[in-house]
Amino acid sequence: MSIGVIVFPGSNCDRDVLWATQGCLGLPTRRIWHEETDLSGLDAVVLPGGFSYGDYLRCGAIARFAPALRSLVEFTAEGGRVLGICNGFQVLTELGLLPGALTRNRDLHFICEDVNLTVVSARTTWLQNYSAKGHLTLPIAHGEGRYQCSEDTLKQLQDDDAIALRYGNNPNGSVDDIAGITNPKGNVLGLMPHPERACDPATGGVEGRAMLQALLN
Amino acid sequence: MTVPRFQARVLVRLRPSVLDPAGEAARGAAARLGVEGISKLRIGKAVELEIEAADAAEARSRVELLSDRLFANPVIEDWSLELLDS
Repeated sequence: MSIGVIVFPGSNCDRDVLWATQGCLGLPTRRIWHEETDLSGLDAVVLPGGFSYGDYLRCGAIARFAPALRSLVEFTAEGGRVLGICNGFQVLTELGLLPGALTRNRDLHFICEDVNLTVVSARTTWLQNYSAKGHLTLPIAHGEGRYQCSEDTLKQLQDDDAIALRYGNNPNGSVDDIAGITNPKGNVLGLMPHPERACDPATGGVEGRAMLQALLN
Repeated sequence: MTVPRFQARVLVRLRPSVLDPAGEAARGAAARLGVEGISKLRIGKAVELEIEAADAAEARSRVELLSDRLFANPVIEDWSLELLDS
């Protein structure tokens, strides 16, 4: 059982994920350069936060064409678990593995703070550990996290029970307060908050642990 | 025989239904500059490129593919294309 973290030029949370999964949780993890295509032996893949390819054109737009992501599409179709955090979420929407798009925050600020999140659905294993409490606190750090989608897509997300997390106090103007969504099958989760930054008691909070633990559950 | 070269300009705009906070901020600044009467200000992107292709139709179809798949994200953006002989 092991986890892969895809590293793009400009990723800057890949080491944080590695520290959280391997250092804090003891889950075997290896980093995968974006030019690699071999995802064999992996059970889960994380797309980390950062500014892949400088976020030129649009966030995640160029990362979508990385060789590793061609393999990721197959990996996902075969039921592999995929977690996209922040820029990773943006990449998943550009890639079409999740619907919608992430756009410039309503008030144009880069927002770096802890946010309260409501667990909307515990349909998937990603959030089952949180369902009893119903909410959690995680840090966000983004300038382009305003989730946007058409009304039809929103309805589809609601019908599929695919809205995973909502902001308690919407910081960026996201449609329907959406902070994270899953695909219909439930093996892909994309979210703007950073669970990997809430795993080590030394740096504040361990509420992200259960979400990363779910990578291999 | 030289391959014809075409110049293209693709304008990428946020869809009308998508909030443009940068446009709103610029509109606010325009008012502070003393320029009045602006009722709409939306910011997009212009992509200028040169492309070699057998003919205009081929050039157009290749730039259309680029616009649709790379320059714009159809979830939030529309695009339009102008093609000129070089």
